[in-house]
Parts: sequence; C-alpha cells; structure tokens
Amino acid sequence: MRNPQLNERGELRHLLTLDGLPHEVILHILDTAASFVGITERDVKKVPLLRGKSVFNLFFENSTRTRTTFEIAAKRLSADVINLNINTSSAAKGESLLDTIDNLSAMHADMFVVRHASSGAPHLIARHVKEHPYLHVVNAGDGRHAHPTQGLLDLYTIRHYKQDFTKLSVAVVGDVLHSRVARSLIHGLTTMGTPDVRVIGPRTLLPRGVEQLGVRVFHDMAEGLRGCDAIVMLRLQNERMKGPLLPSAQEYFKSYGLTLEKLALAKPDAIVMHPGPMNRGVEIDSAVADGPRSVILPQVTFGIAVRMAVMAILAGN
Amino acid sequence: MQLPDAEALCASLVAQLRGRVTPDTAIVGIVTGGAWLAERLRRELGLETPMGTLDVSFYRDDFGKSGLKKRVRPSQVPFEVEGRLLLLVDDVLYTGRTIRAAMNELFDYGRPARIDLAVLVDRGGRELPIGAQYCGAQFEVPAGRVLVLERDGEDAAARLLLQLSDHRRTRGPG
Repeated sequence: MRNPQLNERGELRHLLTLDGLPHEVILHILDTAASFVGITERDVKKVPLLRGKSVFNLFFENSTRTRTTFEIAAKRLSADVINLNINTSSAAKGESLLDTIDNLSAMHADMFVVRHASSGAPHLIARHVKEHPYLHVVNAGDGRHAHPTQGLLDLYTIRHYKQDFTKLSVAVVGDVLHSRVARSLIHGLTTMGTPDVRVIGPRTLLPRGVEQLGVRVFHDMAEGLRGCDAIVMLRLQNERMKGPLLPSAQEYFKSYGLTLEKLALAKPDAIVMHPGPMNRGVEIDSAVADGPRSVILPQVTFGIAVRMAVMAILAGN
Repeated sequence: MQLPDAEALCASLVAQLRGRVTPDTAIVGIVTGGAWLAERLRRELGLETPMGTLDVSFYRDDFGKSGLKKRVRPSQVPFEVEGRLLLLVDDVLYTGRTIRAAMNELFDYGRPARIDLAVLVDRGGRELPIGAQYCGAQFEVPAGRVLVLERDGEDAAARLLLQLSDHRRTRGPG
C-alpha cells in the first residue's frame, strides 16, 4: 500500500505523521523553511505563493496557539484563512466530521489544517478527500498520535543550532506517554539519522515498549542528560498532576524538572527546548527557561517558517 | 551551435557598465548563474554595497503548475532597498518571467529608485515586455533547449562558461 501522505510521484500530498515520512521529504521541508525565515524580517512579510487559495483551520480541539501559528503562516503565504472551532461534544462525531468535510470541500477548500482529540482523525479526512486531488490535509495534532509540524519545527531548531543530526545525542524528557509531540520528534530524529535519542521520565509516563522506537530509556535524570546536545522538555499537563500517575507537581519537579544543576550534566553548549506552553516550576525552572541555553522562543519563530514550508510544498504538489 | 565565450561576454558587460554605475549602486544576482555573474561584476566594478541574491521560487508564476523546486535558497538583500539604484543581474534572459518574479520580490523589500537589468545573454523568446539595459550578447536559441551558465569552481574568480542542453527538468523550475 502506498504511503497515504505521498502522491504517485512520491511527493507530499498530505502531512499526517512523521512516522514513515522519507528522509528526502523531511529535508525538503527543512531546507524550504530556511528560505522562509528571512521573509519575516522584510518590509512586506508575505510571498504570493498561495494567493487565491483557501486554508481552513479545523480545530475540533481548542488550541489558540497552534491555530494562530498556522493562521500566520497561511497569511504570510497570501492564502485566505478561515478558522473553524468545531465542538466535538456532538454524539455522532464520526458522521458529522465527514459531513463537515464534505461541506467545506464543496466550498472549494484547498487545504485543511486539522486538530482533533481523536488519534487518526486527519487520516480519516485525508482518505475521505481522495477524490479531490488538489485538496491537502495537514495534521495539527491528533489525540496522542502525532503532531508532525511541531516535530518538524523541533528538527529545524536542532539543525539550526547543531547542524548535523548524525552526531547528536538528544533527550526527550517527561510525559512521553501522552505526548504526540514526543512521538513525532522521535520518528523525525530517527529518520534523520540521529544516533542517540533518549527518553527520560518516570515509568508511569513512558509508553510500554518505547525502546522499539529506537530510543534509550532512562528513569534517572542525571544519567539520561549526561553528554546531551539537545534537551526537549515536555509539558506536564495539569490533569496528569492530579491523577494517579504522579505523586505531586513538587515531587515531579524534584526528580524531572530541568534546573541549572541538572542542565550542567549535559554538554556545555546543549540547547534547551520546550513545545510550550510551559509550566514553570513543574517541568522546567525559570532560570533555565529564561537562560542563555534556552531556544524556546526561537522555536516559535522557526515554527512559522516550517508551517509555511509545509503548506507551500503541499500546495505545489 | 557555437556558443560565445562567457568570460569575453562578462568582460564586455564590465566595459558597458563602467562609468554607468555609481559606487552606491546595489547589485542583485538571481541564483545561481546570475549570482555568480553579479559577484564577478561587483568585484570588477569596485562596488561597495554588499551584494544581494534572489531565489525567486516564491514569486514564480508557474508555481501552480510545477510546485516548489527541491532546493530553494534563502534570498539575501543585505541593504536598504528603499530609494536605491539597483542593478539586477541574470545569466540568460529568455521569457522575462524570472525577471518579473525578481522585481516583484524586490518590491517586497522596499521601493527602489530604479532597477536596471544586466544579462550575459539575451536568447530571445520574450513573453513579457521586459528588456535588458546591459547585455553581453544577443542570439536566438531554439525553444526547448536550455542555455545556462556554469562555473568551473566555487569562488568568484572561477571561470564562467555557457552550456546548452536538451535536458528539461521534469519537476520544478530550474
């Protein structure tokens, strides 16, 4: 079976997951993003590539941040952007989802950016629109499954500061179990040839069999951070702090919160990343988040360029 | 088809431009051949402003047909465009569509006082009302054949040569 993300020429048709996305496709996205970074520093922060195209942001799960970055990216490509926040509480979710898609397709949409609480929803939509060859789907986060543009912007950031993936040790720290960000990044790092990818976290927050993704597993922060080039801190979601998986936020911070002392165990030039929004004092200490090794805000800037690259490449294929 | 010597055409361009460009003229080359030529012209003419390079991929009118090429390079315009005299440089002038895209891109950096165009070869076949103020040579090349500038080395001093081929890229503009 053909990769549902690629067209018959092997080019990107939809962006659904980084799992199984070929090396050259990821490289094309990262290289193209580099050309978009400069555009935001100009007088006119726009290029005419998607002039006359309609991008629909379909957010079945709320996320103002992610939606905004997609909106800015699409607008900087000169697309028309329509934002729809769709309530998922309706009982017949599956049916109404595809009905919504049919309606929007009939309005001649060119691209759907989909955020959904259910894993696989963007795949379902991509399959559903296969009769419309010029309609593209971008996964903006589905359930616990994938968040490919976040993974790509993390890859972009790592490459920007560290150049060559094939020489790096990268640690992903925290709630890997519930994190689509972690999953996407791990797939991306492995595809790009990163020899040492580590996950660090308590047993309760690491998926069983995570080693099969090609990562080394650590439960001890000091051990896991030693000699790392890049540290990716994951957000600990509020509901997990209250649940049975963790003793308390304070306890978590003591063991897995990134402080200057723990950071000192990584390489002296290691970078610190976080997909945001941060819980200061839970997974990361302010001294680290605001410190010289933090590249958390550049991640946001690169995120716009990476999303522009994804949409531009899709629209051209 | 006998092609002229690119080095001789380059020397002719330098002679045409000498005295016509002021030291504060900013030179902008279109990647890749135009940027190589621009690098050379800037050096020979002793221009002080840093050179700009444009990759016009985001402004091409055939994006809907051809998509985005594999290697888009970042455009670099390291000077204030507003009110400036610009010398736009490309290796081969053909349909004029690349030049249109380049001018559109330049205007997104600011409003230049004037843009002149210098090309090594004008091969005819224009599809837009665009002409070059400075031109190394003018000769017809049959449609379907590709005329490009090559460079024998990596630095600005490397020898330039013209190449003709039948090779047409299947995807993406070159």
